[in-house]
Amino acid sequence: MRAMASAQIESSRLEAGACARIAAGEGGTVGDYIALLKPRVMSLVVFTALVGLVAAPGSMHPVLAVIALICIAVGAGASGALNMWFDADIDARMARTAGRPIPQGRIAPEEALTFGSVLAAGAVFTLGLTVSWLAAALLALTIGYYVFVYTMWLKRRTPQNIVIGGAAGAFPPMIGWAAASGAVGPESLALFLIIFVWTPPHFWALALCRSGDYARAGVPMLPVVAGADATRRQILLYSLALGPIGLLPVLTGPGGVLYGTVAALMGAVFIGLAVRLYRAGDAPASGPAARRLFGFSIVYLFVLFATLLAEQALGLAGMGV
Amino acid sequence: MADIEPPAGMSEEQKRRQRWRNIAIALALAALAVLFFAATIVRLGGNVMNRPL
Repeated sequence: MRAMASAQIESSRLEAGACARIAAGEGGTVGDYIALLKPRVMSLVVFTALVGLVAAPGSMHPVLAVIALICIAVGAGASGALNMWFDADIDARMARTAGRPIPQGRIAPEEALTFGSVLAAGAVFTLGLTVSWLAAALLALTIGYYVFVYTMWLKRRTPQNIVIGGAAGAFPPMIGWAAASGAVGPESLALFLIIFVWTPPHFWALALCRSGDYARAGVPMLPVVAGADATRRQILLYSLALGPIGLLPVLTGPGGVLYGTVAALMGAVFIGLAVRLYRAGDAPASGPAARRLFGFSIVYLFVLFATLLAEQALGLAGMGV
Repeated sequence: MADIEPPAGMSEEQKRRQRWRNIAIALALAALAVLFFAATIVRLGGNVMNRPL
């Protein structure tokens, strides 16, 4: 009885076409299951976790470091699969996500739920058993936060969804740090804060370009609920906060002179692009300005973390303040 | 050892997809075994032999 009710709920989350394709039972390809893991998001998670792991004090055996990164990657992938399971109805209505395996009917929602749950549990326990239970607890917290707090609770209810939910994406460097050092200190908190404050302007710049998509799907992103003007103002405020927060690793330890210089320059460009977007208002230049800020935000995060990594490799870390 | 036959009525495409899924699961399980073996050796080092026989 409960299984039937569950199946009905699952069906109601999908459009008729997708249900028909699932009923035809072709089953997903291996590529479809890999797509459930959101490989592009996973690559950013692995990269930031690697930086946390390398920047942390103490030495870690390379084999254990690789195992830790694999577990973090699989845990992030599991979060993606569980997100796609829950958001299949939203995904089907948005152009950016309509091609995903569940809305396309190539994978049944309950399969994605099982796949994500098994991978999440496997990643957490493997990380705990082989590397560190503190890191495993943080990984479990990250997965739980992304699935329950962001996906199930906030995403459909408040325009602050990505502000609060952004913490899930900010945890990976902290997990890497905990895996290598066995502790969570102000150094890893600085890395967390950079991603946490970076997330709103990054996603709101994207949402400005795709507000119609979000409105159709019923997702209360800031441009849909508060309008473009309020979104541009919020982007500017978060960008102004991000500039100095990007410099925190210099104060807390892992960042050196090179990092401080790069972070200051990149932060200034980030703020400059946010000011340009704010000033563009509703003019036609607003669209390209939002796209430019969105593109630069990805470069910003990559360059900051890559600089931390380079400083570690060159032995320049911690030579700042 | 005889091959396990796929359920009757499966199309060639369904059989092909199922075969690749099976291979992917086998590879993942093999990787997991290697991962735990490597972690055990790294964690215990030479002490892996230090036990009553």
